[in-house]
Amino acid sequence: MNKKKISRRTLLGGAATAAVVLFKSSYGKMIQAAIPESALLTDDPTKIQGPPPGKVGTRSPFEHPVKKPSDISSRTPLQDLYGTITPSDLHYERHHGGVPAIDPHQYELLIHGMVDKPMVFTLADLKRFPSVSRICFLECSGNFRGSKETLMPQEVCGLTSQSEWTGVMLSTLFREVGVQPKASWFLAEGSDAAVMTRSIPVKKAWDDAMVVYAQNGEAIRPEQGYPARLLLPGWEGNTSVKWLRRIELSDQPYMTREETSKYTYPVKDRIRQFSFGMDARSIITYPAFPQQVEKGWIEIRGIAWSGWGKIAKVEISTDNGKSWHPARLQEPVLDKAHTAFRYLWQWDGNTTAIMSRATDETGYTQPTLQQLIAARGADMGGYHLNPVTAWVIQRDGKVLFRPEKWK
Amino acid sequence: MRLITLTFTCAVFIACNHRTKENGTSPWPASFHIGRPATPAEIAAWDIDIRPDGAGLPPGAGTAASGKPVYMAKCAACHGTGTEPLNAKLPGPALMNDSAGSDFRRLKTLGNYWPYATTIFDYVRRTMPYNAPGTLTADEVYSLTAYLLFANKIIDEETVMDARSLPKVNMPAKHLFIPDNSTGGPEIR
Repeated sequence: MNKKKISRRTLLGGAATAAVVLFKSSYGKMIQAAIPESALLTDDPTKIQGPPPGKVGTRSPFEHPVKKPSDISSRTPLQDLYGTITPSDLHYERHHGGVPAIDPHQYELLIHGMVDKPMVFTLADLKRFPSVSRICFLECSGNFRGSKETLMPQEVCGLTSQSEWTGVMLSTLFREVGVQPKASWFLAEGSDAAVMTRSIPVKKAWDDAMVVYAQNGEAIRPEQGYPARLLLPGWEGNTSVKWLRRIELSDQPYMTREETSKYTYPVKDRIRQFSFGMDARSIITYPAFPQQVEKGWIEIRGIAWSGWGKIAKVEISTDNGKSWHPARLQEPVLDKAHTAFRYLWQWDGNTTAIMSRATDETGYTQPTLQQLIAARGADMGGYHLNPVTAWVIQRDGKVLFRPEKWK
Repeated sequence: MRLITLTFTCAVFIACNHRTKENGTSPWPASFHIGRPATPAEIAAWDIDIRPDGAGLPPGAGTAASGKPVYMAKCAACHGTGTEPLNAKLPGPALMNDSAGSDFRRLKTLGNYWPYATTIFDYVRRTMPYNAPGTLTADEVYSLTAYLLFANKIIDEETVMDARSLPKVNMPAKHLFIPDNSTGGPEIR
């Protein structure tokens, strides 16, 4: 942002001229980049004509939700979102060889192995098949951080996002190629520099797997697998292989690196492999660090989700876990989908901790970290951790994450 | 044959016509005839996976001796030489470390946390080296695999790795891996 002191008259005059010139020659996005925020402020917006309609809409220049990238992933700003659809450009990213550039006209999906008819489908072919749209979440299985007080929801568990996906049911394609009865697993392979592979039980294909080419009404973003990806609702995100180029049917798993040395975790004296379903979980996204709240009425807000079905209930504690009360769930509650919850609370100004815990329709209730340790041992690693988390509200209204050490 | 199929299709269409009006959809044909048959050549070009039983392993061979110089030239810069301290920050994961030994809780290595030797070949060939993925020859990958297995004290320095011997390598950590057969439900696992 331009922090230089400019007189208001210069700023408004110059900005107005710049806006007109840019609008004549380019898209709206350039205007957003070209004009300082303050230039858009007038004393009275009813007294000046705004820019004309454009080809592509823009986010208000006053809004700056951003992902938080590391070397290997980028986290969705859960605390900045409303409702349950993640704007496509804020969808989390995790990839193993960067984002590949793929020409949709050259794109092909090969399906072979234990099939009657090995076949190749172009992107146009995929779009000709009967299509389906579905809203569901994706979540990386390594999605918990809790080491310090100054963590935002984005940093605690921002490797989850939700979109409306459109594509073809994988069962439709499997029917077309004639998957043989003895095929029990398939390999899904991406065309990124990691040529990412995972082995998937064929049953998932008959249940609800899709090959999707659209996200929230438009083509999938490159970061999410353009031009087409596998989508396995409710399963650890890594299995929904992006930039999907090949599916091979087999009668056994392939034991790829991403299902042996990675995406596995110690459970007591063994290593658990092929943990597909994401267990029920929730996070309060307001109030949360780094917000500061005032005494009085607070609507506690957040999202809950389960890879095993619908969220049945979310409970809230405002007294550090001593008592729990049901939150309101936003309808419609969808299968394997982020579900918004709300709980109206009157804060008396005393220090306390607020928590949420989700229960899904299978009867599974989100555990505490101690319960996870009891089930898996203290060396349980970082995958498939979905503990109840707490936000501490201090007397001054500042909100801090409450870290829990387990090693 | 075509005539018979056509007749059958018509019959199905007529029989289902009533349902069509109810559902707003037509009965699905046996095939949509969308897409084209894959040729053996294009399958072969992409079918690079290696299964634990060795299916997919290409011709070629290598030993630890032939693999060490390749490792030092193309891998060690990121993955280290196995002599680093256990808590060393390397650009890539450590693959071997004498002081970790069999205890993956100290440091995960090929020797203590990899259940199948075939995975080494599959992964190295498809995506390594990081700065030039997929550029190693089959002999280089066999050689690197042999070197990594030797460095983890799993095979001897002279043992030749090829399509026949690699699937037979017994990885020390294999018995630790158990599939998660969870079907959901209340249990915290």
